[in-house]
Amino acid sequence: MRKPAILLIAALAVTACGGGGEATSPSAPAGSAPAAKPLAGVKVEIAAKWTGDEQANFEKVITAFEAKTGADVIYASTGEDTGAYLGPRIEGGTPPDVAVLPQPGLVQQYADQNALKPLSANVQKQIDDNYTPYWKELGSANGQVYGVLVKAAHKSMIWYRTAAFEDAGAAEATTWDDLIGKTAQTLADAGTPPFSLCGASGWTLTDLFENVYLSSAGPENYDKLAKHEIPWTDPSVTTALTKMAQIFGKPDFVLGGASGALQTDFPTCVTQVYGEKKAAMVIEADFVASSATQSGAVIGEDAKIMPFPTVGDTAPVVLGGDVAVALKDTPGAMALLEFMASKEGGEIWAKTPGYLSPNRNVSPDNYPSELTKQLAQTIISAGESVRYDMSDLAPSAFGGTDGKGEWKHLQDFLRDPADIKGTQEKLEADAAKSYKE
Amino acid sequence: MATPQLRRLGPSPAMAWVFLAPALLLLAAWMVYPIVYSIFRSFHDASGNTFVGLENYGAIFSDSATLTTIRNNIIWVVVAPLMVTVLGLIFAVLTERIRWATAFKLVLFMPMAVSLLAAGVIFRLVYEQDPDKGVANAIITTVQGVFSGDQGYPGARPRENDAAPAVLRGGAVVTKQQAQPGTPVLIPLVGLSPDAVAGFAAARPPAAGPGLSGTIWIDTVRGGGGTVNQIDTQERGLAGVTVEAVEGDTVRATTQTEADGSFRFDELTSGSYGLRLPESNFTAAFGGLTWLGPTLITPAIIGAYIWVWAGFAMVLIAAGLSAIPRDALEAARIDGATEWQVFRKITVPLLSPVLLVVFVTMIINVLKVFDLVFIIAPGSVQPQANVVALEMWRVSFGGGGNQGLGSALAIFLLLLVLPFMAFNIRRFRRDER
Repeated sequence: MRKPAILLIAALAVTACGGGGEATSPSAPAGSAPAAKPLAGVKVEIAAKWTGDEQANFEKVITAFEAKTGADVIYASTGEDTGAYLGPRIEGGTPPDVAVLPQPGLVQQYADQNALKPLSANVQKQIDDNYTPYWKELGSANGQVYGVLVKAAHKSMIWYRTAAFEDAGAAEATTWDDLIGKTAQTLADAGTPPFSLCGASGWTLTDLFENVYLSSAGPENYDKLAKHEIPWTDPSVTTALTKMAQIFGKPDFVLGGASGALQTDFPTCVTQVYGEKKAAMVIEADFVASSATQSGAVIGEDAKIMPFPTVGDTAPVVLGGDVAVALKDTPGAMALLEFMASKEGGEIWAKTPGYLSPNRNVSPDNYPSELTKQLAQTIISAGESVRYDMSDLAPSAFGGTDGKGEWKHLQDFLRDPADIKGTQEKLEADAAKSYKE
Repeated sequence: MATPQLRRLGPSPAMAWVFLAPALLLLAAWMVYPIVYSIFRSFHDASGNTFVGLENYGAIFSDSATLTTIRNNIIWVVVAPLMVTVLGLIFAVLTERIRWATAFKLVLFMPMAVSLLAAGVIFRLVYEQDPDKGVANAIITTVQGVFSGDQGYPGARPRENDAAPAVLRGGAVVTKQQAQPGTPVLIPLVGLSPDAVAGFAAARPPAAGPGLSGTIWIDTVRGGGGTVNQIDTQERGLAGVTVEAVEGDTVRATTQTEADGSFRFDELTSGSYGLRLPESNFTAAFGGLTWLGPTLITPAIIGAYIWVWAGFAMVLIAAGLSAIPRDALEAARIDGATEWQVFRKITVPLLSPVLLVVFVTMIINVLKVFDLVFIIAPGSVQPQANVVALEMWRVSFGGGGNQGLGSALAIFLLLLVLPFMAFNIRRFRRDER
């Protein structure tokens, strides 16, 4: 009994050491760097929340950067709560050179604390060349450019189960009216509930609202609502909620009805489509792929996507994503940011699986999967009307808290889709409170 | 009592202070300072820079969400401690009488060994709506299923468009046109999946003959296609559907469909009738209770709490029970008291100090309940299940970021707990004397 225990501990110790070794990325062979490399021997530390495959993919970008410049990049994982990791390091005066923030809201917060360094002219040039002005503004605070969106999550799509569509004879929809009147109705008639909603995870409902709103009200109204320059009682919100009620209000359209959907969290709703095969469609972002794969579906065969149908005049493209900022004004930090914002860096990253670039000059041909190519194409063709996830731009008490603000009121709306006016009033009351603070 | 003042034995009081100092220091750092700072913080706004007086306390009682948490806490305090104590008492008294008492107590005490978080995860599964996953609903639906079998075709319904010959009215399917004998009535339905009807017989129009007749079938084909409202070769009939022929509001005749979905009212050879498929054809099997919905969530979580703590109460009460003088019980029995009288008049009064301690400890425990609510309630019903301790955490750290209001809630909770703490301490003092 005792011996195996000791062996086990030893084995654990060995793996622990191994893990620790990987976490701090291998240093570049500094000695062999030719003189042409401008940053030979310079240490640059970058902190991000990526782990596992995402970290390994990013380290390919780091390796390319090290080979090009001779710098020695150290990767530090922040864990899930980036704020909790960076806060003490900023307070302590030893921040990493570069940090990757999961929400643009944090750019404003850290800028107010004077923790961010303005980007150098070279980095800004890359941003001007490769990004639409919207993204530049998103990485700015108080009139100063601080951040660059380096990794995107695409939120404007509907995942469907191919077999369910084939059995029912349903087809992809390009407009919302077709989605409701044809695709969903055909599926419901054939006995398959069309939608599996993840109502217990409030953010999935805000994502749905954002797509419907961006498409029906247009990017300008979207920006205004995101900044709370128009109230939630605006008629454009009424339109969007009315459209959503076309799904919420039909028990045949929602697996388990509203009450079932409100108990279903993400990714259970994905499992219900691809694992239990109970429903046909789930409306969520590109990261559904990993849950669908875990349920045994083959992406591109059993599990396919259609771009989010147009509700109004705009083809909606809503992105989430990570913003890289400089916490130290060092040549190494600026060079790394410049590389990450460049076409060159973006294309190296694009060749790894699971990455989507918001950089408009990164050619879709670089992506390893058809799916990502398709998504990248929608970003490029949407051009100026691409928008960032609205709830992530809002104060978190309104747009990012379980049981509060937008999450709660959209869940209540799913419970009672007839009460559009009341929903809007409650949204407006909470928005007014949290935007003021 | 007064003599020790005059002649002291042992080391000086100074020595006692030296030994107490580390504990006092830690208590000061971890109890006194946080409480004082929370009070201080509760008078400031979210940023902590502006003094707002009692505004945060006002917010507690003006916000409907916070009032829900207070209401829930009251429900908890009224129900949970009483249930736990009563169950603990019943278990303790009963286990005294049985063999294998230790094994039984061990099993009941086991949930205490599980962390509340793990208990929460377990009960989240127990309360799953789907009877295939949730034990609670599996039991309910099984018991219910014994009394009423699952028959009919839940989900089947007419198409929702103007061309459909039938519509849904009050749960029943009715034809739009009046039907006459001699013209077969087609009632196409949809809403069942190809897999569900795969084993059914092919739908056929009724054979020629006298009487009012027709066919009820599922008007969809795997892969789509097929002529809408017409019987196609691959389409399946619905067997055993009850059909009523209605004239005005009175049912003239009732029949059931054959395997191929056809039906015939032999007795109706003339006249004009409406056809109705009553709701009983389409009622879904009882799917169990929505434990995790807004109405049942608090009772459901209290159930989980009782599961965890009843064993604990039982062990404490059993210890008290073994200390009761046996001769009192024996004497009562010899005097001819029934077991119920012995329990009511002897056991419970003698146990009352222990019962009170358990009860009050449970009240204190229930007031600060947090983990079970946090884990069991899905995000969408957390506002309905919320309690003060959880709201405190959510307001301060869970995205709200308002530690002023959070501190006010913490102090409010402290004030609620204090009387019970004081009561418990006074009791212990009295016991020592």
